[in-house]
Amino acid sequence: MEETSEKLLKLTIDGIETEAREGETILQVAERLLIDIPTLCHWKFVKPYGACRICTVEVEVHGKTRMVPACTYNVRDGIVVQTRSEEVIKHRKMLLELMLARHSQVDVVRKLAHEYGVDTTRFEEMPSEQCINCGLCVRVCAEVVGANALTFVKRGTERYVSTPFEGESETCIACGACAYVCPTGHIKVEDIRGRKYVVSELALGPTTPIHIPFAAAIPGIPVIDAQSCIHMQTGGCGICSKVCEPDAIDYEMQDTFEEMEVGSIILATGFKTFDPARAEQYGYGRLDNVITSLEFEHMSHASGVTGGALVKEDGTEPKSVAILHCIGSRDKNFNEYCSRVCCMYSLKMAHLIREKIPDADIYELYIDMRCPGSGYEEFYNRLLEEGVHFIRGKGVEVSSAPTLATAERAEGKKLYVRCEDTLLGVPRELPVDMVILSVGLEPTADAEEIARVFKITSKADGFFMEKHPKLAPVDTLSDGIFIAGCAQGPKDIPDSVAQGAAAAAAAMSLIDAGEVALEPITSVVDEEVCTGCKTCMVVCPFGAISYDEEKHISVINDVLCKACGCCVAACPSGAITQRGFDDAQIEAELAALLMS
Amino acid sequence: MEQPKEKLKLGVYWAASCGGCDISMLEIGEKILIVDELADIVLWPCIADFKYKDVKAYPDKYIDVTFFNGAIRNSEAEEIAHLLREKSKILIAYGSCSYEGGIPALANFYSKEEVFDRAYHESQSTVNPDRIEPKTKHTENGYELYLPEFWETVRKLSDIVDVDYFIPGCPPAENTTWAAIEAIVSGELPPTGSVIGAGNKSVCDECPRERKETKIKRFKRPHEYVAPDPEQCLLEQGIICMGPATRSGCEARCINAGMPCRGCYGPCADVYDQGAKMISAIGSVLESEDEEEIQRVIDEIVDPAGLFYRFSMSHSYLVRRRLVGAKKETK
Amino acid sequence: MADITAAEKSPANTAEGIVPFEPKIIGFLCWWCTYAASDMAGTSRLKYPPNVSIIRVMCSSRVDPSFVMRAFAEGADGVLIGGCHPGQCHYISGNYKTVARISLLKKMLSQFGVEDERLRLEWISAGEIHKYAKVVTDMTEKVRKLGPLNWRKNFEPK
Repeated sequence: MEETSEKLLKLTIDGIETEAREGETILQVAERLLIDIPTLCHWKFVKPYGACRICTVEVEVHGKTRMVPACTYNVRDGIVVQTRSEEVIKHRKMLLELMLARHSQVDVVRKLAHEYGVDTTRFEEMPSEQCINCGLCVRVCAEVVGANALTFVKRGTERYVSTPFEGESETCIACGACAYVCPTGHIKVEDIRGRKYVVSELALGPTTPIHIPFAAAIPGIPVIDAQSCIHMQTGGCGICSKVCEPDAIDYEMQDTFEEMEVGSIILATGFKTFDPARAEQYGYGRLDNVITSLEFEHMSHASGVTGGALVKEDGTEPKSVAILHCIGSRDKNFNEYCSRVCCMYSLKMAHLIREKIPDADIYELYIDMRCPGSGYEEFYNRLLEEGVHFIRGKGVEVSSAPTLATAERAEGKKLYVRCEDTLLGVPRELPVDMVILSVGLEPTADAEEIARVFKITSKADGFFMEKHPKLAPVDTLSDGIFIAGCAQGPKDIPDSVAQGAAAAAAAMSLIDAGEVALEPITSVVDEEVCTGCKTCMVVCPFGAISYDEEKHISVINDVLCKACGCCVAACPSGAITQRGFDDAQIEAELAALLMS
Repeated sequence: MEQPKEKLKLGVYWAASCGGCDISMLEIGEKILIVDELADIVLWPCIADFKYKDVKAYPDKYIDVTFFNGAIRNSEAEEIAHLLREKSKILIAYGSCSYEGGIPALANFYSKEEVFDRAYHESQSTVNPDRIEPKTKHTENGYELYLPEFWETVRKLSDIVDVDYFIPGCPPAENTTWAAIEAIVSGELPPTGSVIGAGNKSVCDECPRERKETKIKRFKRPHEYVAPDPEQCLLEQGIICMGPATRSGCEARCINAGMPCRGCYGPCADVYDQGAKMISAIGSVLESEDEEEIQRVIDEIVDPAGLFYRFSMSHSYLVRRRLVGAKKETK
Repeated sequence: MADITAAEKSPANTAEGIVPFEPKIIGFLCWWCTYAASDMAGTSRLKYPPNVSIIRVMCSSRVDPSFVMRAFAEGADGVLIGGCHPGQCHYISGNYKTVARISLLKKMLSQFGVEDERLRLEWISAGEIHKYAKVVTDMTEKVRKLGPLNWRKNFEPK
């Protein structure tokens, strides 16, 4: 306030001398001084309305006192305000008594009345109405959202809130702002649903347009999802910018792409899980209660969709669960490789189920148990002792009804998992409540594109290929590009961390050196022979060849040249040679190889 | 030009040749008088009646310079090539045929039998009901008549004997011929085995047309264009011009006349196989990354071998079409 | 023109007995993909015929058609060119140039009487070691069936 040159108004509130700016209300000044004035129809982000009058205070102007609502009364110079004088209390009590007569069942009114010692009313009680006609919803819809979907209907004691003409509003965008501001809870979000615009709930994604991307995001600041933000989609709402006191909301902000110049790049682009819908026999997406290991993980997590409770589709607890290993892995139809992590996480899932549902029957259907690693075998042994049924035999089919005569029978609706128990040598069909598919790891959907962009190679399975499987496990054929984690192949967290550290160290060594040794195999133009036909310029994918207008010849930039040799072959006059791969050298190789 | 003390002895010979090279030597115009002042002609079958026995009678290295034009097509040409090598101080392969096979070497895409079939039986102007073909030996009235043997493969002169210098062209342009003569007379000759009279770069060096960096979408055959843009590179206009892969020295005269270069000056200095180089260059400038489209554009080149090896078949790595199981050459 | 004679096609008779014809195949392999695949095929102990002799190039686009013709001229029975898959060229577009050149070269080689199977262009990525082994095996067998090319015999003066 110091920095403004405008005239400040002097006033006294409850004996405190203070100053206010032109246009400020008593309520605003009182708030600043932490003087509590009750309100019902006030919300600082909409214009004051003075509907409930509960904020009434006593003002003395030029020796005359008046009762005024604090929310609408603009401060004048020299006024003396009493917010809790006897007269004020008396006034409020009367108002509350009147309100109680009409809204006896409204919590917020009863609570406030109780604070003022008003528990009964002397007036004739009418059937309690939830809406106290504060008009907050009407104002927020008009002023903040801009939808004007609500209005007051009729006057006096018959006044109530509705949509224009009481029909289904065409302007309502179902933002929920009215429900949010409603002091009595009369308007509920559920009532707004089914209107024009609905933000559908995403079980695994962000549930609100404004959210922090994930728990450990860096920086840990919220973002607005433009797809579901009402303001971004309709231009309405915008409430976040009003409530944000530091004024940090910027709707104009766009996604930006930042270009960074770096010396080396570590690709740790991870994996995706196998989509079990591709293996139809497991009924994923077709049968209820067939879920993937990742979905189980979401469910069992304390902050997950069910708050950590394991439930079937019908909301009840599963009493028997089958965990099927190697879904999409070690399978000629999909991926031949072992995904390396599934045995261990399947054991973990069994352990979690045992913890949460101690009497559940848990089956692990495996081809082999692969538990190499520190403490892994011990964990397997522990699970054996926890009473998990281990069946050596891959689950081959999940169906809603038994298919084998030998199927084990069970009460109620069950899923039947067929397998061959190779230790018993019998085909079995297990009735269970829930099937968890331990899906394997696959290269990310855009792995091929990434490989293309970074000019690295992929293995037959689609994971990025290291320069040498033993001697250069984090390097790639492209200098300065390193790979780590599941981008290179399935591996567990300890291995990924170790590889990540190795890749970081390899990148560091380049940074430390400060320079890169280029292979001296670039191409060079013989000025005496070149005629400037520009054929080479057409073929060079790196724009490394330019035309010397004075000499009428092509010139190769040594730094830009990546040494593919394409121009050498293209040069019709034989004017270009590639160092280390010149024609004479290759022809000498040829001659030597063909010498019989 | 300074006159040497003694007049040079000059020989000119034609083997498998059209005679154009002999005429091209006269294209130097009045400068032929200077040649006459400087040199005596001791062999020139085209203009004077020298007999082989006359040449055989010369002492070894008697002839100072022999201009040998024409490819080696039969046993006679081979014999004379050996003879002239013996009798000449400097043996020069003059013209495309002698230097790199030339037009006659296009017959290397056929076998001897196919050539004979075409020449003596199939051609529209031939009436040969008795199916008479040339024989190397024939007896008539007790006299034995001999004809040179026709070879399966046309060779360049340097395949038969050591050649000192090469003068390219079909025929060599008069400036090329004159430049070579000047070099010989002045004695300022490059190391043996060099091409003389022509440039060391490609025809593009002499070509006045402008090459941008345009890629080619399709090729046109000669009947598909009428008047190409006079300013722009012919290759860029989809007209296959051998200029980029052809030695300079002709002053780009075909191109200046609106015709694409056919490559008669042979490969550039650092290249052996002109056709292979041209394939590489043509393949480089196609504007497509679609294998099917590339194939479609390539199919527009009807006869790549004949086009890219029009003059240089004998100066290529493969030299001829494969003769699988056919009768081998007998000499 | 006559077909390949029986003598050319069948194994050579020697004092030791019948020695089967072993084709000599030159492989121009790009460093980033096919050469890496051949390397890996070796370290993976894959079995395939030893008939392909490798010349490493940085990119298949370095392979000048002259090299191929020279290889045939000097006694190769086949030439294999291996590059990266389209769109995966380490040098962005080199392999497209190779396609154009080799397609044109193949067309021309047919005019020279060289069978199509003797020149083969294959896209084999670094990871496709089994494909590499398969291509080499297949090509060796096909060229073996075609018999020796023996180009010099065509025109070498006696």
